[in-house]
Amino acid sequence: MSQAASKAKRHFLSEGPEWSFELVQKYEQEIGKIAKEFGLDTYPNQIEIISSEQMMDAYASVGMPLGYHHWSYGKQFLEVEQNYKRGRMGLAYEIVINSSPCIAYLMEENNMMMQALVISHACYGHNSFFKGNYLFKTWTDATAIIDYLVFAKKYVQECEEKYGIEEVELTLDSCHALMNFGVDRYKRPVPLSAEEERSRQEERERVLQQQVNDLWRTIPTLDKEEAAIRKERIFPSEPQENLLYFLEKHAPLLRPWQRELIRIVRKMAQYFYPQRQTQVMNEGWASFWHYTLMNTLYDKGLVDDGFILEFLQSHTSVVYQPGFDSPYYSGINPYALGFAMYSDIKRMCEKPTEEDRRWFPDIVDKNWLEVLDFAMRNFKDESFILQYLSPKLMREFRFFGMENDVLDPFVEVKEIHNDEGYQKLRERLSQQYNLSYREPNIQVQRVNINEDRSLVLRHVMDGDRPLNEDTVEVMKHFRRLWGFEVRLESWGKEGLVQTYTCGQED
Amino acid sequence: MSYIIDRRLNGKHKSSVNRQRFLRRYREHIRKAVEEAVNERSIKDLDRGEKITIPQKDIHEPTFGHGVGGKGSIVHPGNKEFSTGDRIPKPRGGGAGGAGNGDASNTGEGEDDFVFQISQEEFLDYVFEDLALPNLLKKELKEIKEYSLKHAGIVSDGTPSKLNIVRSMRNAYARRIVMSGGARRQLKEVEGEIERLMALDVSLRDQVRMAELEEQVALLEQKIARTPFLDTYDLRYNHHIKEPKPSSQAVMFCVMDVSGSMTQETKNIAKRFFILLYLFLRRNYEKIDVVFIRHHTSAKEVTEEEFFYSRETGGTIVSSALTLMDKIIADRYPSDAWNIYAAQASDGDNWDDDSTTCRKILEDSIVDKVQYFTYIEITPREHQSLWYSYEQVQNAHPKYFSMRHITDVGDIYPVFRDLFQRRQNESSGQ
Repeated sequence: MSQAASKAKRHFLSEGPEWSFELVQKYEQEIGKIAKEFGLDTYPNQIEIISSEQMMDAYASVGMPLGYHHWSYGKQFLEVEQNYKRGRMGLAYEIVINSSPCIAYLMEENNMMMQALVISHACYGHNSFFKGNYLFKTWTDATAIIDYLVFAKKYVQECEEKYGIEEVELTLDSCHALMNFGVDRYKRPVPLSAEEERSRQEERERVLQQQVNDLWRTIPTLDKEEAAIRKERIFPSEPQENLLYFLEKHAPLLRPWQRELIRIVRKMAQYFYPQRQTQVMNEGWASFWHYTLMNTLYDKGLVDDGFILEFLQSHTSVVYQPGFDSPYYSGINPYALGFAMYSDIKRMCEKPTEEDRRWFPDIVDKNWLEVLDFAMRNFKDESFILQYLSPKLMREFRFFGMENDVLDPFVEVKEIHNDEGYQKLRERLSQQYNLSYREPNIQVQRVNINEDRSLVLRHVMDGDRPLNEDTVEVMKHFRRLWGFEVRLESWGKEGLVQTYTCGQED
Repeated sequence: MSYIIDRRLNGKHKSSVNRQRFLRRYREHIRKAVEEAVNERSIKDLDRGEKITIPQKDIHEPTFGHGVGGKGSIVHPGNKEFSTGDRIPKPRGGGAGGAGNGDASNTGEGEDDFVFQISQEEFLDYVFEDLALPNLLKKELKEIKEYSLKHAGIVSDGTPSKLNIVRSMRNAYARRIVMSGGARRQLKEVEGEIERLMALDVSLRDQVRMAELEEQVALLEQKIARTPFLDTYDLRYNHHIKEPKPSSQAVMFCVMDVSGSMTQETKNIAKRFFILLYLFLRRNYEKIDVVFIRHHTSAKEVTEEEFFYSRETGGTIVSSALTLMDKIIADRYPSDAWNIYAAQASDGDNWDDDSTTCRKILEDSIVDKVQYFTYIEITPREHQSLWYSYEQVQNAHPKYFSMRHITDVGDIYPVFRDLFQRRQNESSGQ
């Protein structure tokens, strides 16, 4: 062995698969240094080493370090445990929490390479995305989430002590059923603050009840004019998309603590809302950076060949996209698409082709770091794909778009990866990531305030797609919270298509 | 900037509360599964965990979503041969097929039942839920013969063998500090003065004073040294008190008819019943003896193997077994030291005039000694004289004697539950 080689060897951060706390720290520092050179802006990191059992716990509580007790988390836990024990599934290598400091879990069973990979992926990739992306900035407050979880857990526990586990569970069940409809999609929400939650919670109870009482006042008014106005009053004055918010504020029979529970579930929904809309971007960004950071480690001579080969092997399996006809196919892999897109943007900045110049005149030959940073900050999956998916990638993924009408015995291939198809194909793929396409549009339309207090939900059908089989069950939950009859109307292009009614409690 | 924390030492059962909530919610499902398992399992592995299956529809958490139908649109990767405008026939009966609403790949899994494992402990918890051993209190309160020693703090009197060294030394140390405190303070003052004098030039020193001070130092040092290192009132002793110990040993008598009329199937039913009782007792007592008595016209104490599997023929005299049982109790299991349970299984056959004898033996000598005597009659036929004699015993001693009728395997568990159902007045204690 030449002297140069043995000299270089001394610079390796580690040899062999074993990890230790010193090594984790060393790697973290080196990776952090490189990340800084690339200008990644992150929250401080809190890296926690946990065992696989603890990972299962974390899994079952949607990744949160603590949460209120509910049977559905127990179900999740049993499911994970069963699958893991039977070897049907490996545990995720990492869980990372959008909080400040950003908490990332490393599993003790992993080897040093995996730990370094997770550090790059979670502590620098995801972390910088949480800090930079506009959806996360708008909808979540990373500094407050842990405190809020503590508050929520305590509050739920107090309710259980005061009103019984059963009662609390029933209310939470109903809230969970409506959780995805507990977010203001178009309105910027007030950032969540734990301190404020605590101090104002009692006051809120009182005020809330007051508002509700105003709405449902049945004492006759002497003023005839006002009485007439009251009679004419349409409520709500505009359709309400945030069903949980509407229930929290206006359901006539709920007790104050139940309103607070709705609020807690609503806040959790709000916290997860950005994650549901940035899967491709978020995972892609983290994958792009673990790939870049790990390769830089290698280029700097800090890790050996075995290390980087092992890394490439696991990286490749993470970003693998099976074709639609493969038995392993389960939709588009967000890691694969996201990673490919960021890498492609970088390529277009550095080595654009003629086609790229035509399609992306504003990013070719720019500084790739700046372009990537801009792309990470200002988009969600839907707009990101619409903006940046290049014809080259559509060809590489061999995307094709199809339409399916239930009345037609055939499905039709609408476009493929060719010149005529690119634009439309990209739109179609982008739409697939649009939450309002994925989830039905259901809003509170009208409340019969003067008579039987019944409530009408309106579902505006998209492409004549009906609601699923759960609808009746979810309606029961809605009714439980509302307290009076609930009707759901599905409206198609031609008018009312279907009505679901949930009347007396059974 | 970055922190690395070892969390492995934190508890790993953070989900256990949620798991318990889940089990509570699906209690009915689990109970049903447990019941089936008790009836179906082979006898040997009654004592292990169980796989619980709950239909997906019962466990599903509903949400609003798109159903099948209408116009769907989807983009797939991996095109090989399609070009724009191709029309692909939908698979028959598959509804939306591959181009449905984007979740085509998930529909296959949707129907799976939810399966999970409960541990052996939990399994038995469900098996014996709401059941209680009757008359458990009797032995705990009555005629206690055994005592155990229990820590009851520290006292200042005792035998040297119970000396608590740490506490004694701590007291001694504190006492020494207090007792020599004055002397040591004085010593310090005197030494300070000597030092001041020594600092002066030799000619200026007050030699008389110096000598006086040195004498004082010697005196004080002596005084400090005289403080005893350990004194009698420093000593502390561990204190123990005697506590009555409830008897925690039980003996279980299995009595079975092995005459020609008992088939292997009947014996298996009996065996299941005996095992249930054994498992149940094991949850309540530290030590359990099992005595097997089989009988036809005469009774014999045998090993387990012999009890269940050897074949005999001949007539039946039940009283022989009861007499033997009474004798064994008298010889080996005095009823003030042992909790005695008995389970008798039979197909109801007996010599006609023997049934009265049985009743007499039970009422005169056995019922008073046992905690609980259960009799199960395994027969599809009419009851015979034994049943009616035993009925009289049951009426006279409802607290200590119970009997049930079993016709097939499916009855065992319900009958067992019935026999050991927690009684109303039991929990409050008599």
